[in-house]
Amino acid sequence: MTLTAGSKLEKILKSGQKAVTCECGPPRGADAEHFRHKASFLKDCADAVNVTDNQTAVVRFCSLAACRILMDMGIEPVMQMVTRDMNRIALQSNVLGAAALGIKNLLCLTGDHNSFGDHPQAKNVHDLDSVQLLAAVKAMRDDGKMISGTEVVGRPQMFLGAAVNPFADPFEFRVVRMAKKIKAGAQFVQTQCIYDMERFAKFMQMANDMGLTEQCYVLAGVTPFKSVGMANYMKKFVPGMLVPDSYIQRLKGVPKEKQAEEGIKIAVEQIQQLLEMKGVAGIHLMAIEWEEKAPEILKAAGLLPRPQVD
Amino acid sequence: MVVAESKPVTEILDMIKECKKVVVAGCKGCVTVCNSGGEKEVGILASELRLARKVAGDDLEVLEYTCERQCDPEYIEPLDDLVKDVDAVVSIACSVGPQYIAARYPFLPVFPGLNTVFIGGAAEHGVWKEYCQACGHCIIGDFGGLCPVTRCAKSLMNGPCGGSSGGKCEVGKGTIDCIWHLIYERLKNLGQLSRLENPWGFKNWSTSRDGGPRTMIREELRK
Ligand code: SF4
Ligand code: SF4
Repeated sequence: MTLTAGSKLEKILKSGQKAVTCECGPPRGADAEHFRHKASFLKDCADAVNVTDNQTAVVRFCSLAACRILMDMGIEPVMQMVTRDMNRIALQSNVLGAAALGIKNLLCLTGDHNSFGDHPQAKNVHDLDSVQLLAAVKAMRDDGKMISGTEVVGRPQMFLGAAVNPFADPFEFRVVRMAKKIKAGAQFVQTQCIYDMERFAKFMQMANDMGLTEQCYVLAGVTPFKSVGMANYMKKFVPGMLVPDSYIQRLKGVPKEKQAEEGIKIAVEQIQQLLEMKGVAGIHLMAIEWEEKAPEILKAAGLLPRPQVD
Repeated sequence: MVVAESKPVTEILDMIKECKKVVVAGCKGCVTVCNSGGEKEVGILASELRLARKVAGDDLEVLEYTCERQCDPEYIEPLDDLVKDVDAVVSIACSVGPQYIAARYPFLPVFPGLNTVFIGGAAEHGVWKEYCQACGHCIIGDFGGLCPVTRCAKSLMNGPCGGSSGGKCEVGKGTIDCIWHLIYERLKNLGQLSRLENPWGFKNWSTSRDGGPRTMIREELRK
């Protein structure tokens, strides 16, 4: 097995086993304890934990620091990096710093627009987009060159990832864009939360037909519903999210205090169905501010214990 | 053209609150076309200022003049006589105008009466939209003639992003077209979708304002 970064995530995926990643967002303050507490639930149930980078354009403590905290806890991080807030100087600098700290998985994103966040008055950067960031890091890693052509002394060994959203439009173009991300350097992709299973199956078929799943690992995104309110909110307000009414009806059909349980049941069923789909290499579980439920969900889905790799 | 909108009169009144006499200077260029700084708007603003100050019991004398253009030193010159005994100029040209006026009259305060908002054009009567950010190296030839630098909320060169929904951008609550959707549709119509298959490289922003304030020199035109 040839490895680029030799991260646990890379090894598990390359060994052909289904991988599990979870997500953990840093808090809106310097409270490291809170972050450690949330992450502690994920320690034994995820192969690697994604640390978001000021997600939804809301200021939180930085993903580099959060990744370091995870490593100190014995958890492998996937560092997320958005191009919204930093130009190519800062982005490349952070990639090098992350590699110097031993971070081995990097997820390159553009990020939500700053108008959605807590500082809509901010100046956004967008010097690069996610595809260009992938290409930049790949060139630093494989060719030892920065965007400017400057030589990199000490190449950043990163296992490179990207996001895909099969639920955005135009639908037919989503696989083409995924292919573009692969060309730019993506070795794995994590998808937007999947609720519309039919559309996702169609997307996967297109990806399989184009041979994309042979070049790149697809981790299917799952977010359990906590309540019918959350399901409605996602349907209405989250850009590029398709929530079928059948799930909303199902949640509505149980008493309020049972909705969370029903949400978990739905997530488990989804995971099982997703793992059956050709080309799905693992699950990316985003239990937002509900990290403590991750072990239960993954256990019920038959994904625990996690494989050991050296 | 350069598109500009009027500042609220209260903001202008506050800027000139110390003045007893001002010139409101318009421009017959872009701001006449977008109905914000031409002869007609000079007249309206001048009356509004006079009236507001009269109501406040602090009369203001307002002279009116509309330059051929304010982005050319020779067209500012006619202001020389008018500004002799005024306390300030309120320019309702695009924001180039007040700066030319500031350069010409070192001891005279000048205030902007407009907000210059973008380079764009009329979409329908009373509606203008942004089309270009003057990045200094036009790349729209790669994108079906449509500008992702300006018209994509994230200036993506490899869009559309995951927020594109039903042809609309994730920004603007469904009111803004996703330019990447339009680029896709257009290249599909042109039979050129293959243009979008490979990553678009790194844009060189040094030709944009990021390289510092710009000067354009055409040697053959210099005297
Ligand atoms: S690519 Fe640059 S010059 Fe061309 S329309 Fe866009 S911003 Fe203007
Ligand atoms: S939705 Fe379209 S226009 Fe808006 S940021 Fe995304 S790609 Fe750009």
